[in-house]
Amino acid sequence: MIRSELIQKIADENPHLYQRDVERIVNTIFEEIIDAMAEGNRVELRGFGAFSVKQRDARTGRNPRTGEAVHVEAKCVPFFKTGKLLRERLNGG
Amino acid sequence: MSGKTITRMDLSEAVFREVGLSRNESADLVESVLQHMSDALVRGETVKISSFGTFSVREKSARMGRNPKTGEEVPILPRRVLSFRPSHLMKDRVAAGNRR
Repeated sequence: MIRSELIQKIADENPHLYQRDVERIVNTIFEEIIDAMAEGNRVELRGFGAFSVKQRDARTGRNPRTGEAVHVEAKCVPFFKTGKLLRERLNGG
Repeated sequence: MSGKTITRMDLSEAVFREVGLSRNESADLVESVLQHMSDALVRGETVKISSFGTFSVREKSARMGRNPKTGEEVPILPRRVLSFRPSHLMKDRVAAGNRR
């Protein structure tokens, strides 16, 4: 499923909404999640999962092509943990 | 890091502000987005949201695990797990926002 298919499903279920409003609704949801993480916040969607930010220490990496050692700076990366309900549903629960 | 927790309520509030539907309807729409994504994943589909990220289902085979407390060996049954791969845009924005 891709973004446009998700938008289409929501539009089909809500014939009273304009397609472009459905697009704005879906885009707003994903945009808010990214904004929250960019501010260092956690997004907890019970039953679905939680998005959080993890810190990665600086390390010495390697250029896989040349084998040359390169310094990789400490940074923050997005992380997702699957919620309990979804994990159970994936396994027939 | 400010360490706030954002929930469904905050997402519906954002939808409410953006589109001007009722708060109730905004909340229902947030819920149906999550529901459609979950349903697709349960069917085994990959959910690919451009400029956000990709959720995919991976099959894990059975293996022997160990109870870390007792050291006892326990079988772990084959199972399906969800993995999320953030888009470049998400990675860049999260890295830039949390830099100091």
